[in-house]
Amino acid sequence: MSENKKFVQGNEACVEGALYAGLDFYAGYPITPSTEIAEILSYRLPRIGGKFIQMEDEIASLCAIIGASLTGRKVMTATSGPGFSLMQEALGYAVMAEIPCVIVDVQRGGPSTGIPTHGSQGDVNQARWGTHGDHAIIAMTASNHQDVFAVTVEAFNLAETYRTPVILLFDEVVGHMRERLVIPEPGVIPLVDRLRTSVKGGVDYHPYLPREDGRLPMSDFGGVHRYNVTGLFHDMWGFPSAEPRAVHGLLHHLVDKLENRTNLLARYKEYYLEDAEHLLLSYGSAARSARHVVENRRLRGEKLGLLELQTLWPFPENLVREKCAGAKSVIVVEQNMGQILREVKLVVDEPQKVFLANRIDGVFITPVDIMNIFRLIQGKGV
Amino acid sequence: MAVKDYIRERFFPHLWCPGCGHGMVLNGMLQAVEKLGMSKNEIVMVSGIGCSARISGYVDFHTLHTIHGRALAFATGVKMSRPELNLIVPMGDGDALAIGGNHFIHAARRNIDITAIVMNNRIYGMTGGQFSPLSGPGIRATTAPFTNIDYSFDVVELAKAAGATFVARTTSYHVQQIADILRNAILHEGFSVVEILSQCPTYFGRKNKAGDAVDMVRWFKNNTTPIGSKAKQENPDLIERGIFVQTERPEYCSEYDKIVEIAERGN
Repeated sequence: MSENKKFVQGNEACVEGALYAGLDFYAGYPITPSTEIAEILSYRLPRIGGKFIQMEDEIASLCAIIGASLTGRKVMTATSGPGFSLMQEALGYAVMAEIPCVIVDVQRGGPSTGIPTHGSQGDVNQARWGTHGDHAIIAMTASNHQDVFAVTVEAFNLAETYRTPVILLFDEVVGHMRERLVIPEPGVIPLVDRLRTSVKGGVDYHPYLPREDGRLPMSDFGGVHRYNVTGLFHDMWGFPSAEPRAVHGLLHHLVDKLENRTNLLARYKEYYLEDAEHLLLSYGSAARSARHVVENRRLRGEKLGLLELQTLWPFPENLVREKCAGAKSVIVVEQNMGQILREVKLVVDEPQKVFLANRIDGVFITPVDIMNIFRLIQGKGV
Repeated sequence: MAVKDYIRERFFPHLWCPGCGHGMVLNGMLQAVEKLGMSKNEIVMVSGIGCSARISGYVDFHTLHTIHGRALAFATGVKMSRPELNLIVPMGDGDALAIGGNHFIHAARRNIDITAIVMNNRIYGMTGGQFSPLSGPGIRATTAPFTNIDYSFDVVELAKAAGATFVARTTSYHVQQIADILRNAILHEGFSVVEILSQCPTYFGRKNKAGDAVDMVRWFKNNTTPIGSKAKQENPDLIERGIFVQTERPEYCSEYDKIVEIAERGN
């Protein structure tokens, strides 16, 4: 076995992706089922000159990585539902102050303490709307370890490109399952480094004035440009402003920079969609069972296809509308009570053809569960 | 560099009420920084939310105006990432010790090299005069119309117990002492807590018939005394001023450097 081939948990695949992307500062608080991410990084980061700190709670963890990001580091924290709830306040700060950071939520069953050692995909809407106020957010997921690695690298790239927090919505099943991971050689996956300003010291620098391409070059705290960062609405220097044009302009900027790029941000995989009569739409661990169903039924000549979403937010509405257009039925496979189902129904031309195959009892959804729904839709009975 | 070179002059006059003590804290702090001859580029000021937190907008440092109670958590990230920077974290009493109480004790426990200033006016000013964990019993506030029954923290005792290695107290009357203590606090390698009693004539003063700003500052003059003074022995109700703790204990970032050395040897 060569060195870059590993047999690991999904949480470790996430760590490998983060380190590949250049992570050099992590702050976190222990919580099942994400803890392995902190454990492994406490060992790996100091070996490469990075920093690891265990904070007093998840609130402090996200605050600490925001502070570290401002000094120029690539930063991440990881948690699960209850900790993700605590992070919502600082998440809004990172959105408002446009701080690149990556937040991993290895989902477990909720609400509240819920079912800590079992999988769920119940935090999808919290990722979208958990923090208060209008805003846009990027949230991504993956169903296998190679993809966990890839979307983690992508999360860091998008965080730097758009100066935004990026949420990785993994779940207990992928997080704790072991499978093969091949780590690409350095340079194989392109990395986006921090875009720093070329404005010289002593010359007026505008940390919140977007360039023509919409990007905002940063200046590290401790460098030659001293500026203000705040969670208040602010002007192009970062100073608080309640001037209506400034408030309106900034809110639009924060939303438009991501929502206007929904197609560009859409990451997905598709299986047998060319001639599919029935389409399964899934994401994360649930997509594994959905894929099994599709491949199994294809052996019997049944024309099923799978659209696996990796970008959940901004919701890739054009992609979903187009892919679902010709299908006789669309079955959304997820482990919650229909959080993505609702989005799909909103964007497709024939919402009455969209059905839900879910499981919310803490047990991983099986191909049989999905087949039972499929048979019901076809009027065949279970 | 003159003191005025450390401020962002275009934002003055400041937003604090006439008679507020926070401007005196700003004055004392700038004198301390000026005496230390520090470069503005090596200072990061992190603040939370409230009247106190707006101090960060007026100083020409790297300034991070964060969320209520969390300033020390943000500051910990900055310091841990760049230990060579000087971190100054001014907080209000509610900011530091109600919503931020957990971050306060854990920063003290780690002994991370940050200078924490508690600008204690015993009231929530920005929201209009509610009692704070430092108001104490018998005080009137907009949320204690029949007097407050909540006992208060003693910032000095709390900081000591939590492990802060530099702990001091002074008042807005004693501006020279603010400058002297802050100079020592900034130089101290470890977590420093400096409580500065500051007057809020607008809310605390009016609700508690404490008079105007001058009366309140005079109260600080007449009711405080240097640590261990004879006056304190004669009148135990006097509040002591000065440096209570100044000890050496390994600083957090230096200790982490040792971890890095151990980890790198293992490679």
